[in-house]
Amino acid sequence: MTERARDFFEMGGYALYVWPAWGLALVILGALALAAHRARQAARQALAESERA
Amino acid sequence: MNLHRFANPARFLRIARVVAPVAGWIAFAALLAGAAFGLVLSPPDYQQSETVRIMYVHVPSAWLALQTYVAMAIAAAVALVWKHPLADLFVKAAAPVGAGFTLLCLVSGSFWGRPTWGAWWVWDARLTSMLVLFFLYVGYIALSGAFDDEERGRRAGTVLVLTGIVDVPIVKFSVEWWNTLHQPASVFRLGGPTIAAEMLWPLGLMVVGFTAFFVWIVCVRLETELLTRKLRARLENSPG
Amino acid sequence: MTRKRRRLYTLLLAMTGLGVATALVLAAFQDELVFFYSPTDIAANKPAPGRAIRLGGMVEAGSVQKLPDGVTLFRVTDGVAGRPGRTVAVTYRGALPDLFREGQGVVAEGRLSGDGNFDARTILAKHDERYMPPEIARSMRQADGEQQHATGTLAK
Repeated sequence: MTERARDFFEMGGYALYVWPAWGLALVILGALALAAHRARQAARQALAESERA
Repeated sequence: MNLHRFANPARFLRIARVVAPVAGWIAFAALLAGAAFGLVLSPPDYQQSETVRIMYVHVPSAWLALQTYVAMAIAAAVALVWKHPLADLFVKAAAPVGAGFTLLCLVSGSFWGRPTWGAWWVWDARLTSMLVLFFLYVGYIALSGAFDDEERGRRAGTVLVLTGIVDVPIVKFSVEWWNTLHQPASVFRLGGPTIAAEMLWPLGLMVVGFTAFFVWIVCVRLETELLTRKLRARLENSPG
Repeated sequence: MTRKRRRLYTLLLAMTGLGVATALVLAAFQDELVFFYSPTDIAANKPAPGRAIRLGGMVEAGSVQKLPDGVTLFRVTDGVAGRPGRTVAVTYRGALPDLFREGQGVVAEGRLSGDGNFDARTILAKHDERYMPPEIARSMRQADGEQQHATGTLAK
């Protein structure tokens, strides 16, 4: 690992605080987005099937 | 005033199918750029050094948590007074998103408070009123799902959302009305922002990203709800 | 009056009532809603020694003394630049938060002892609303002649 990369991950000694905060942002926004996308997919599919039937 | 002109679900679906992908891509690009600036390209703070990077997720989530609630309360009022059919659905679609923003605000704030203040949590007016906002979101979600009759559940939820609006000015002005551990506003204040331009940029990108994300996800969730209702109506009308 | 209009007026009336009630409640609990007392508040109200309270203000410049046994002595002031305020002397044993600095905000949790000294159990650092890179802070300090820089607009 280069020195620059190590500095980046260490966050000046605050890695334990900065990374969880950003990580949680990724988890919360990601989970909301994924759930919404999947639900829409399922709804579109169910409607299409009912039209075929 | 004929609000029902905009309430036509078919019309909404046509608009949403244009707005959603645009908002989605704006959100993706702005959040990516915001992360690049916020985590790499922006400088550390003169007092807080690298912990200031938590601001770039904490502040946008706090703003969006409040704005989502205001939007929900307006929609709840419209639903109550004008019986606008999409307004009810908007409240329902936005609530989990607002709860997510509020949770992110609270937890990222905790991770910011520990190294800077020296405490994960304090019961000052700002933090406490933000926790109340989280309970309002969770309360709405629980209440609106607690009735067998969907209509009654939503009605009860609407009243809760409208009552809870008093918490929004308390969150916003708590740092001015009472002394708190939380610092006062940095961006929207008399005399202009007290954040250096290099730090205001990534913050602005993240706010745009969070806002576009909200628009995208509400479009997606509303479309889902409308399609589900259409399907249900079809199944109820068909014999067997 | 149409039904829509009646619903609208009912809602407006209910919201106004709710707003007034909230304002009254908040005004009544004013004292419980403040997070800390300033040295001036403490001088005015004289809380009983031994009662747990929070003291807040600025760490007076030049007042921090670190004793070898892990005890920190400092003074909390509510004076602003050029206008001296009241001060309270604080004794604290333990680790200090990273942002505990002279000239910066602080909140101490603890008790007043009989002699007017404050025994702190916990120290919380309070930071202000200014954010800037270290280089800008340095040049601002130089411009101010090594004095506390005034609050001002940075961006724009």
